[in-house]
Amino acid sequence: MTPAAVVRRILFYGLITLLSLFFALPLLWLVLAPFDKTPTLTVKIPDFTLDNFAELGKNPYALSSLKNSILISGGAMLLVTGLSALAAYALSRVRVPGRDLILYALLLLSSIVTGTAAMVPIFLLMFQLGLIDDRSGVSLVLTGGLLPAAIFILKDFMDATPKSYEESARVFGASPLQVLRHVVLPIARPGLATIAVWALVNAWGDFLTAYILLRDPEKTPAGVLMYTFYTEGGQANLPLISTFSLVYAIPVVALYLFVNRRYGFRFHGGIKS
Amino acid sequence: MTANAGASDAAGLGRARAVAFVTPAFLLIAAFLVFPAVWTIWLGMTDFRLTGAQAADPQFVGLDNYRAALTDPAFHNSLWLTIVFVFGSAIVGQSVLGFLIAWTMRSVPKTVKAIVETLVLMAWILPSSIVAFLWVAFLNNNGGTLGTILNSPDTAWLLEYPMASIIIYNTWRGTAFSMLLFSAALGAVPPSQLETARLSGASTLQQFRDVVFPHIRGHILTNTLLISLWTFNDFVPYLLTAGGPDHATETLPVFIYLRALYGGELGYGSAISFIMLLINLVIALFYIRLLRERRTANRSGDADADDAKADADEVLTAAEARNVGQ
Repeated sequence: MTPAAVVRRILFYGLITLLSLFFALPLLWLVLAPFDKTPTLTVKIPDFTLDNFAELGKNPYALSSLKNSILISGGAMLLVTGLSALAAYALSRVRVPGRDLILYALLLLSSIVTGTAAMVPIFLLMFQLGLIDDRSGVSLVLTGGLLPAAIFILKDFMDATPKSYEESARVFGASPLQVLRHVVLPIARPGLATIAVWALVNAWGDFLTAYILLRDPEKTPAGVLMYTFYTEGGQANLPLISTFSLVYAIPVVALYLFVNRRYGFRFHGGIKS
Repeated sequence: MTANAGASDAAGLGRARAVAFVTPAFLLIAAFLVFPAVWTIWLGMTDFRLTGAQAADPQFVGLDNYRAALTDPAFHNSLWLTIVFVFGSAIVGQSVLGFLIAWTMRSVPKTVKAIVETLVLMAWILPSSIVAFLWVAFLNNNGGTLGTILNSPDTAWLLEYPMASIIIYNTWRGTAFSMLLFSAALGAVPPSQLETARLSGASTLQQFRDVVFPHIRGHILTNTLLISLWTFNDFVPYLLTAGGPDHATETLPVFIYLRALYGGELGYGSAISFIMLLINLVIALFYIRLLRERRTANRSGDADADDAKADADEVLTAAEARNVGQ
């Protein structure tokens, strides 16, 4: 290598180091502070301890908020997966006039009517329905926003699975519902798993919907409780905040690693040019 | 069941059952997406409030709310801040950084690539209230990591440089999408063309301008429109600064929250919401037009039947990625 090439190489890796530091520095606190005897706001090598995790049990809301998150995102996951599977299957197998156009319009709608742009009417709607301070109300609103994309992904998936299995099952006298349960469901399982993970991660990370629809701290999910931890007055309880955020983050990171190992992290269907 | 329906009805589902399968999903979509969008239009023309006389009996006020918005300096301020936020953090920050990472990651060892990409993706997938606190801690004037590194521990970044802080935060948060999109796009640039350019002595800048850019022009536009749409609708600045200090970071989503749900001016907030929906619609329509143009350019016309589906595929990619990001 010429000296110029060496210098260029050093500059190149210097740039990569800087970029990595920019992304790593804010993240490091999340993995180091929970294990530090005296956590501060600074990123530093921890004086190792697991005692901070005891704070989770001492706070009256920490564990119940995680339970609320499981209820809300679990509910949304089941609703999104179940309802989109039914709709996608019907749309894939039975010819409905204008089907693609309807799906297309719904998708467009779901990217325009975002949680922020629609927060006022959604709040009022839930108020009129008496669903303020109701965890299932949060699940329902989240489900409504996720369904169009879920139906679309699954319809694509169902379109790609052969119909011949269903036809032969019919020939042997299976009823349509038996076909659905014993033939279609097993074939569609990978697609359903994708949708389930995707819906779960989205609902798990939600802040705004739960923030505007729930008042009672007993019903608050982890995302909103986390926010109240550091905005309510007084000295911030860093052992609690650090351990709580780590526990709250773990499911998302675990699912990411799982999906990444299994399928590789990339766009659905690739990006067309 | 008609013969026509039976032809593509392998499972013998039948029209009636098909309708029953589709209905629950469509009802939820109608209730929580279609209805709110339509209702905003009506709410925006009333003086609806959270409490008081107008709560029990809201009056129709026509376009008064929109007229009020035209002369409301707080709304102007918010609109301007939103433009600065979208331009600074999405169009400049995320695009440039995302491209830079995608470009440099082509010529590094696999492990380095895996580490850098995982870091960038982590910033993108973690729940927003966690990343908001990580940044509150990072920028804190009482032992925050940034102040410690820069040896200026007393600087309260979020108070002294509020807009710059949320712009840098959002660049960090959202770069992953641009990185993924540009990696995919750069993968499609023929290596032979780059090789030829390099052998004929073109500089890196010339290679980019003459070989790479023509290939990824469409991706740059796609990326710009999508990240603009998401950044425009991003509520996380509220978790960092709650709109402050003194309205300095009150982007439109925060403005709507503070005026309508916190301040109780539901009618006025709905009018602003409708303006937001319209802006979203304009960006989305631009995006769709762009997709159509690209497709027509690619395969010279026809194949209209596939168009709606292909468009929807792209919108879907968008919807999927956006939601993962939130």
